[in-house]
Amino acid sequence: MNNGLAGTTLRVNLTTGEIKRFPTDEKLFRRWHGGRGVIAKLLYDEVPRNADPFGPENIFIVNVGIMSGCYIPSGSKTEFGSISPLTNGHGDSNMGGHLGPMLKFAGYDMLIFTGISPKPVFLYIDNDTVELRDAAKYWGIGSLDCEEQLKKDLGEDFEIATIGPAGENGVLFSCITHDFGRQAGRTGQGTVMGSKKLKAIAVRGNRSILVHDLEALKKQVAEIIQRTKKHPNMEPWQKYGTSFFIRWSNDNAVLPAYNFKTTYYEDVGKIDGDQLIEHCLITHKACFGCWMNCGKYTKAVVEGRPVVHLEGPEYETAATCGSNLGMKDINHVAYINWMMDNLGMDSMSGGGVTAFAMECFEKGFITKEDLEGYTLKWGSLDDVEHFLDMVVHKRGIGEWFAGGSKRAAEKIGKGSEKFAMQVKGQEMSGYDGRWAPGMLLSYMTADIGAHHNRSWTITVDMAEGRESVEGRAKIVVYLQHIRPLFDTWCICRLFWGELDISPEEIVESLNHITGWGITVDEALRTSEMIWNLTRCHYLERNRDIGRVFDYPPARSWEEKIPSGPGKGKGVTKEQVEKMLDEYYEARGWDENGNPTREVLVDLELDFAADNLEKIGFLGKPIPGGVPPIRGEKYKPKAF
Amino acid sequence: MRIKVNRDNCTGCRLCLQICAIEHFSEINPKKAALRIEAKFPDPGKFRPFICTQCGKCAEVCPEDAIYQNEVGGYIVDKEKCTNCGDCIVACPMDVICQHPDLGYVIKCDFCMECTKVCNTNALVEWERKPTAKETEARNE
Repeated sequence: MNNGLAGTTLRVNLTTGEIKRFPTDEKLFRRWHGGRGVIAKLLYDEVPRNADPFGPENIFIVNVGIMSGCYIPSGSKTEFGSISPLTNGHGDSNMGGHLGPMLKFAGYDMLIFTGISPKPVFLYIDNDTVELRDAAKYWGIGSLDCEEQLKKDLGEDFEIATIGPAGENGVLFSCITHDFGRQAGRTGQGTVMGSKKLKAIAVRGNRSILVHDLEALKKQVAEIIQRTKKHPNMEPWQKYGTSFFIRWSNDNAVLPAYNFKTTYYEDVGKIDGDQLIEHCLITHKACFGCWMNCGKYTKAVVEGRPVVHLEGPEYETAATCGSNLGMKDINHVAYINWMMDNLGMDSMSGGGVTAFAMECFEKGFITKEDLEGYTLKWGSLDDVEHFLDMVVHKRGIGEWFAGGSKRAAEKIGKGSEKFAMQVKGQEMSGYDGRWAPGMLLSYMTADIGAHHNRSWTITVDMAEGRESVEGRAKIVVYLQHIRPLFDTWCICRLFWGELDISPEEIVESLNHITGWGITVDEALRTSEMIWNLTRCHYLERNRDIGRVFDYPPARSWEEKIPSGPGKGKGVTKEQVEKMLDEYYEARGWDENGNPTREVLVDLELDFAADNLEKIGFLGKPIPGGVPPIRGEKYKPKAF
Repeated sequence: MRIKVNRDNCTGCRLCLQICAIEHFSEINPKKAALRIEAKFPDPGKFRPFICTQCGKCAEVCPEDAIYQNEVGGYIVDKEKCTNCGDCIVACPMDVICQHPDLGYVIKCDFCMECTKVCNTNALVEWERKPTAKETEARNE
């Protein structure tokens, strides 16, 4: 194949142990662009609507997309997908590193796991040799420890993805770890792996990837390398990675502190990028084919504990496990980062859940008795360590929090749901949206719950007005089309976001790889198809009007920011409602947030319209019709 | 001309491996590259690139005289003469000569310098220096 694809798809029945090989469905990839797109379609088609995310009917997909491994800016991503146990909807999450490219070098575009293995296993791939191997030896050990052990046992040149005890024990926000610090963290993909008794995937290959026009690609990449070397953002990215933005976020009143109570962290200087580089950095670390090397490989040195190695904390973890927990030492933040990585927890949700529990403790909703004699105070590493141990082993109230903050709030009651900072069951990333209304809307409407990767609008809000919400919805719609395209193609979006490579250039690369000859608008349309399909899937599984799922916790509109540069700022409930109204209108959905037949037919999703109609959740026709073009093109400024 | 290695600068991105295979085989395949990156993780957490220093030990041991020195000091594999016996792989002190099942000859650095052009951290740098007497003689021939 001369189109960037490796050519083979594997279907692995974990119940029977049968492994089948199929030629990769090129038409499926052409229509849904691989990665998140193909995952969305397969989950929609193959998982029964009443299937338990933990059950054998849920499928777990690893998809390498079109562009991963294809000598383009950070063509490194691997996309994972299954029905999310955290949100009960379409779930996908991706990570960088080297796994995806290596899967292609071994000859595979996609792995589809079905069923549940009767015993712990890992998938071993060495070119054509594909085996489910016994994982009894590895079950129960940490994600990072497991990767190290597998490399010792199989060879250093294997690329490995693992889960930790959290995934094994059914903690709903468990992640998949690779390359000693890259995670597919969101939506509980590690939880699904654990439920299937799949401890790890280990792959090695030596095949070639062939593309449509390698000479043109080579020439284009050479030019991009030379141009981006001189970009003013290159130096800070290479030096700090995303940790550069902790202080920026604090200065601009979006950094969550103390479970999103405020957006100003007085001790930011103790956990920012300078602290990370000065106290923790071992080496800069890049994903496959990336010359931006935002990864920071570090060590955490904490008295009385072993020195541990990790990657990070990058921005999100420094926010969700740093300022949001009131931590006052970068080494403590790094240590929490390492604990979450090795336990196999998403550090964004893990930080969010821990912060929620800390506030519950502060308010007296949970007590020392509940915490086995421990406290859970802001800034206490000992308390966090003990709490995470309770969560990962689901001991006592640890079981409540293992379900995420939404489910924990249902158990705790007392109005705690107002400060359980999540949407659709998934905890917010490291930005507070109270004085960045577009960001709040992005969390509210993201198809996988409150995650920033679908749409990030902080600089949009700063440019367009942080007090007003008018016009923001259309931009969010556009960002929800362009940003997920990177997860569809399985490449990193930072070259677009931070180094100003244009969407046209990226599509040109895509065309050099595939020979498709498509335009940016065609790609955006595919992304809109995917977005609408995941929305339909969510409604079909959760059986209510869309709007009820799209509200943020009440803290987002009931409480103004109490301190710092954003003091006194915050959106109102009316603004939240107005943003939803404008958002649904911009999408061509009805006022309940249900997709209309008109927009679904326009996107060639007639089958989804029929299915929604059958269960009574098809949107009512819009008088005057839906907008012919949904979303408004916008390039947010870099930080 | 030679390649200088600043090994602490390497971030393990493998762009050098990719361009090496692209340049010589028109394929994307890091396993067809004539250099390698050693990654030592989790402890101590370091990358180390290994490149051909053009030391010539491969040429010394080649039973077929299939490795010759070109005008700029690079040792080049004659694909017609090479029998893929692997003696040079054993002799190479940097372990940067390799075989690939697609090929009937060994893969060895030919000093094309493409790796230095894509390296964005100056881990691999094209390095000008005064040519040795032997190199000057070769050029003058």
